[in-house]
Amino acid sequence: MLPLVTSAASASAAPERAAPLVEVKGLQVALNTESGAIPVVRDVSFEIMPGEILGVVGESGAGKSMMGTALTGLIDPPLAIVGGEIHCNGRRIDNLPPEDLRKVRGAEIATIFQDPLTSLNPVFTIGRQLVETIEEHTELKGQAARQEAISLMAQVGIPAPEARLANYPHEFSGGMRQRVVIALALAGRPRLIVADEPTTALDVSIQGQIIALLRDLCQRKGTAVMLITHDMGVIAEAAQRVAVMYAGRIVEIGPVRDVILTPRHPYTRGLMGSIPEVGRRLRRLPQIAGAMPRLDAIPRGCAFSPRCPDVMDICRQERPELKPSAGHRAACWATERGVAA
Amino acid sequence: MSTIAAAHIAIDRPAEPRLEPPPERLPAAALVKVRHLRKVFDVSAPWITRVTTGQGRKTLKAVDDISFEIPQGRTLSLVGESGCGKSTAARCIAGLQKPTSGTVSYRDTPIEDIADGASPYRRDIQMIFQDPYGSLNPRWRVGRIIAEPILALKLADGSRDVRERVADLLVGVGLSAADSDKYPHEFSGGQRQRIAVARALASRPAFIVCDEPTSALDVSVQAQILNLMRDLQDELGLTYLFISHNLAVVDHMSDTVGVMYLGRIVELADKETLFRSPRHPYSKLLMRTMPTLHSIGAIREPMQGEVPNPIDPPHGCAFNPRCPFAVERCRHERPEIRAVDGSLVACHRAEEITQ
Repeated sequence: MLPLVTSAASASAAPERAAPLVEVKGLQVALNTESGAIPVVRDVSFEIMPGEILGVVGESGAGKSMMGTALTGLIDPPLAIVGGEIHCNGRRIDNLPPEDLRKVRGAEIATIFQDPLTSLNPVFTIGRQLVETIEEHTELKGQAARQEAISLMAQVGIPAPEARLANYPHEFSGGMRQRVVIALALAGRPRLIVADEPTTALDVSIQGQIIALLRDLCQRKGTAVMLITHDMGVIAEAAQRVAVMYAGRIVEIGPVRDVILTPRHPYTRGLMGSIPEVGRRLRRLPQIAGAMPRLDAIPRGCAFSPRCPDVMDICRQERPELKPSAGHRAACWATERGVAA
Repeated sequence: MSTIAAAHIAIDRPAEPRLEPPPERLPAAALVKVRHLRKVFDVSAPWITRVTTGQGRKTLKAVDDISFEIPQGRTLSLVGESGCGKSTAARCIAGLQKPTSGTVSYRDTPIEDIADGASPYRRDIQMIFQDPYGSLNPRWRVGRIIAEPILALKLADGSRDVRERVADLLVGVGLSAADSDKYPHEFSGGQRQRIAVARALASRPAFIVCDEPTSALDVSVQAQILNLMRDLQDELGLTYLFISHNLAVVDHMSDTVGVMYLGRIVELADKETLFRSPRHPYSKLLMRTMPTLHSIGAIREPMQGEVPNPIDPPHGCAFNPRCPFAVERCRHERPEIRAVDGSLVACHRAEEITQ
């Protein structure tokens, strides 16, 4: 039922250094409160290549969803982009007037959320929602749009697509509903899909199906995906590169294999260590002391310094930068000086 | 409790990779016995609708004839996907729901008698829930939340005694005594789950039913809570029934694991055996589809299909529509659970399909 022809070799290959599809430079997002603006995304820069899946991992409150929201242009008060630039397909999109932004959204950038029900309108049939989206974002109209809707449903592995166009969202199971959401996201033929915890609400057996589908679509259509999740296992399987976020910043970024096998930031090391794995017979799980700081009380210097096992004096004074480069890098003084591996 | 507190102050040394199980553990008598437990919910439409449309009553067999025992000081886990009945089983075993049939006993006393309140065992059984936001009364201070079981079960005399117990419990779960004056909203998810653990421990229970206790938490916080639960088990000799959908967490926490599918246990075995050589096709598939850090760039062989509607489960073996090994017999005859090489397995073809 699903085309599962992706090969492990091509999926794990490093992306070619072509022109990036998305360039984010120094992005800052703040939450405006009565007592002032609290920065929630702090000076974040990264690129996404066409056809690439970039994983974004971090704990609740690390700012990963806010970053995704900023990219899709769905950011609403009290949140606001307060600095930096977002370029998509060579065009700056963070300062567009609402009408232009609406066109970018859907046509160039689409979104998949955790709960498929929030993305679907319960009172319209799936067919109507798909056709409407196709007509809005492409030149296809009427019967042609309907044919495209059927084709999209088939591409995401929904059996009997023509018959199912007449169904309402509640008539689909959880896994099938997420497939419908993906079909809807693909309707405008976007170049980038921002997928925020797309598999979190699904059972493990269904998770695998959805990840395989996303990977297959990236490979066949060259669509790039920003995959936001807290599940490192999902990232390992789906993404080519991964960015690890902590307290509003990217603390480590690089090819998935390198970040998982040889993490350079102590936070990433702690995070990987704390994940229980089948067959890893430990009496106790390694754990990171304490908790992530509140966004309005980020410590001076490195935000991770109060919890860091390798902390040095400089870490409490000065913030380590994430050096721009295409490879594997971490914002950590110890790594910088070659103290820790 | 003081050693636990100390362990939690010096929380962050990397754990020594000790092998388990610890050699001193001896086989123990069954503390909890579950026999042919069934829980059926009536999910019929309102009678007027049934009369006008001519449809009959509908029932959902959330738990359909499960049996197992948990020895004292051990952990038995039930693992499965949403809707498999693991949480309903947990609630019946904790005495929060009346089973439709079958029995649950604690120290050979029926759970209904314990839940009624007359039994001295009532304080022995506690439960920890998944959602640390929903399970704590937002209008009560933490001190009152934790003191409630102590007061309700009259386990301490005088408010000073109670205050001391609460302070000990808070320190025991890695919080501070001063936290008893705060409200739940002042704490993070992980801290709230520590409060829930402290409340569960307040009556000095022997048996704790944990329903997805870390599923709502981030992995680093999950590690802290799982470590806390293991430390408490070692220190206080607690027995756990642990409910989770996460195989890795189950592998970490359990001695024995039951895999559930559509209300039934399809495989029950000690954890070593289950994870080394799963016998039931569903257990095998579950393990193969689980994402891990080692699956970098790998293609999981996705499991076909989805969990069927439990109101109208497939005939014969409920797993047959998704099972790659299904034969004619599987579509007609429901396999009973039976012993196969040290595991209990409900599969007609368990011997044949073992690799």
